[in-house]
Amino acid sequence: MFGIVKTRLQQKHRTMSYPDGPPPELPPRFAGRPVVEAGRCANGCAYCVSACPTGAIAPASGSKSGPCIDTGLCLFCRACEESCPQKAIHFGREYRLAAARRDDLLVQAGSPDFAPARNDLASKLLKRSLKLRQVSAGGCNACEADSNVLGTLAWDMGRFGIQFVASPRHADGLLVTGPVTENMRLAVRKTYDAVPGPKIVIAVGACAISGGPYVGHAQQHNGAASVVPVDLFIPGCPPNPLTILDGLLRFLGRV
Amino acid sequence: MSTNDLLAIRNGQAVDRSVCPVVSVDRFRQAVIESVADGARLSALLAEPAGDAGAARLMAVLARPSLGNLAVVACEVGDSYPALTPDCPSAHLFEREIAEQWNIRPDGHPWLKPVRFQPPCKAAKKGVAAGQTTAGVMNFFKMDGQEVHEVAVGPVHAGVIEPGHFRFQCHGETVHHLEISLGYQHRGVERALVGGPTGRTIHYIETLAGDTTVGHATAYCLAAESISDMHPPARAEAIRAAAAELERIANHVGDLGALAGDVGFLPTMSYCGRIRGDVLNLTALLCGNRFGRGLLLPGGTAYDADDELIAELLRRLDDVERDATRAIDLLFDNPSVLARFEGTGAISEELARQIGLVGVPARACSLPCDIRQEFPYGLYQFTQMPVCTWRTGDCFARAYVRWLEIQQSLAFVREQMRSLPTGPTRLDAKPLRPNKLAVAMVEGWRGEICHVAATDAQGRFAFYKVVDPSFHNWFGLAYALREQQVSDFPLCNKSFNLSYCGHDL
Repeated sequence: MFGIVKTRLQQKHRTMSYPDGPPPELPPRFAGRPVVEAGRCANGCAYCVSACPTGAIAPASGSKSGPCIDTGLCLFCRACEESCPQKAIHFGREYRLAAARRDDLLVQAGSPDFAPARNDLASKLLKRSLKLRQVSAGGCNACEADSNVLGTLAWDMGRFGIQFVASPRHADGLLVTGPVTENMRLAVRKTYDAVPGPKIVIAVGACAISGGPYVGHAQQHNGAASVVPVDLFIPGCPPNPLTILDGLLRFLGRV
Repeated sequence: MSTNDLLAIRNGQAVDRSVCPVVSVDRFRQAVIESVADGARLSALLAEPAGDAGAARLMAVLARPSLGNLAVVACEVGDSYPALTPDCPSAHLFEREIAEQWNIRPDGHPWLKPVRFQPPCKAAKKGVAAGQTTAGVMNFFKMDGQEVHEVAVGPVHAGVIEPGHFRFQCHGETVHHLEISLGYQHRGVERALVGGPTGRTIHYIETLAGDTTVGHATAYCLAAESISDMHPPARAEAIRAAAAELERIANHVGDLGALAGDVGFLPTMSYCGRIRGDVLNLTALLCGNRFGRGLLLPGGTAYDADDELIAELLRRLDDVERDATRAIDLLFDNPSVLARFEGTGAISEELARQIGLVGVPARACSLPCDIRQEFPYGLYQFTQMPVCTWRTGDCFARAYVRWLEIQQSLAFVREQMRSLPTGPTRLDAKPLRPNKLAVAMVEGWRGEICHVAATDAQGRFAFYKVVDPSFHNWFGLAYALREQQVSDFPLCNKSFNLSYCGHDL
């Protein structure tokens, strides 16, 4: 008993002050939202397009526009950054990657720093209490791990009333990870149907948004939107927990 | 002596595909069965397309700790062959996998059921039943009798975990049999790797099991480098090994926290959840990603570590060690925790050997299997990593082995980061040489990772077989639950903490 109390004191108070205080420090080599500098782009070499492992980059459409990166399909692997002889693409430190609309995940020269993520229904009904059923549907378990970490005392998403619950019947919506494999398609659909309305769906990670590294495989369905309507997209492979939490808080209109 | 049919190779050695011995089915069976009886482990058993359209060849990879080497042997098969499983139980899941993927029937297999509910890559011939493709729909083992009941769980579980289906045959609270049906995470990785390497290859490898990114990437690099005859710089090997041990520390700390949570001991659960994140952030210090994505590539590592980074990493590692020691001491000092851990889900050493357990669950049964010691690769060829074992084979043993390994790994990372060899961390990648076969074995945090790669005449992957440690160990979990209570399942499950995606591929 005394040991437990002593250890409790030694472990200190660890819950971060974010969002009231500054966000937790990201590592120096963190790959955030990509930035395209149209002025530097040679327009037409398309090295970045062929370097991208998932085909997330569309070549420059106009003479001065530079390439367009789909952050919903991007693995943040820096292959495009390394391929560009002009240094027209680099990965910045912007962690606010989530967006309410799929189209807002496309990043071009001149795109705003971050896309809107607020959802009207969520910010009215669920702002102070969001219960989510997590459904893992064919990914690699990294998105699950970094969603789960939000429940630990350092992040403590419970302080915003956000919680993962054991049954879809108790939930306001789903948080889907993975590309939705053929073998999980029915289970995702049934879980969604079991959530009482009105309900929302959040897709976390490149897989759940677009299929990610598995895009185009016959064994999967290129993301959650193939089975259920998605209200919030949180890119990354996997997204940093800060990116996920930021997405949830902006979705609810809390920041 | 049929073991003469085997070709001995080293871990991470590439040989010409033509030198792999191809023998008759009888001699193949005999070689495998005798080797396993002699103390070898069946690390991989796979089918590969051979010559004529539709023909296939079985290949076995045996790990022989007593000889310090690996061995391969192959045989041509038709539509069926006499199953190995009755004489070599550790072949059980491999033979089911081959039957499902290739429609090659192992005659006399006692438990021939789907593994991943995937359509076969070779069409069924006449008279061979086609593979079933509706996940979770199969002929489950059933108990009958008064007051016997069945509990079915999944694929969607109560926690934030991957999908799988579990069926418990119970009498009262006692579980007499647990059957585990997976395949929900099957996304076609092995098939997509054929014809590579492409730009996506390293991403497939890094996401085989997201929490074992460094482990699987190490195995891939070992295989690819041996096939293309490259020797990564010493500095890269040291950074790889440090990253692999950080991965081990992070996951083991997380597991101990989760085990504490499953027996309702909240202090350690809360602290370890946070400390695990701190360790992941150390990996992120190296490469920007908490899981080590983008760190390893054939030829070395994508990132170097300068003095400032090393100093920061060592400083934070001290904090991790201090906090983890206090949090975990609390766990093992607590009588109510020990009462729940001890004797729960015990597996005997003999059973562990028979069903071919690897990694932590095997070491918890006194089996000293650890690739870092038995078949050293990379930096482990130059530095010793003691093997941590325990005797009791129960949840306590699986938890305690983790704690012993955390301490070893902490010391290892500190030592390596303090004395990083100088020089570059990366060589330019070279193309794969044609018609080569390589076996790469790595001790991931869950256990033995085995990658078997072969190239075609153009230097492209003709096949790429991945065996995650979970593939060996899921059956062990089913066994561990026998004669236990239903309520012991979460604890037993967590004490194995197996990967669904690494199994389903």
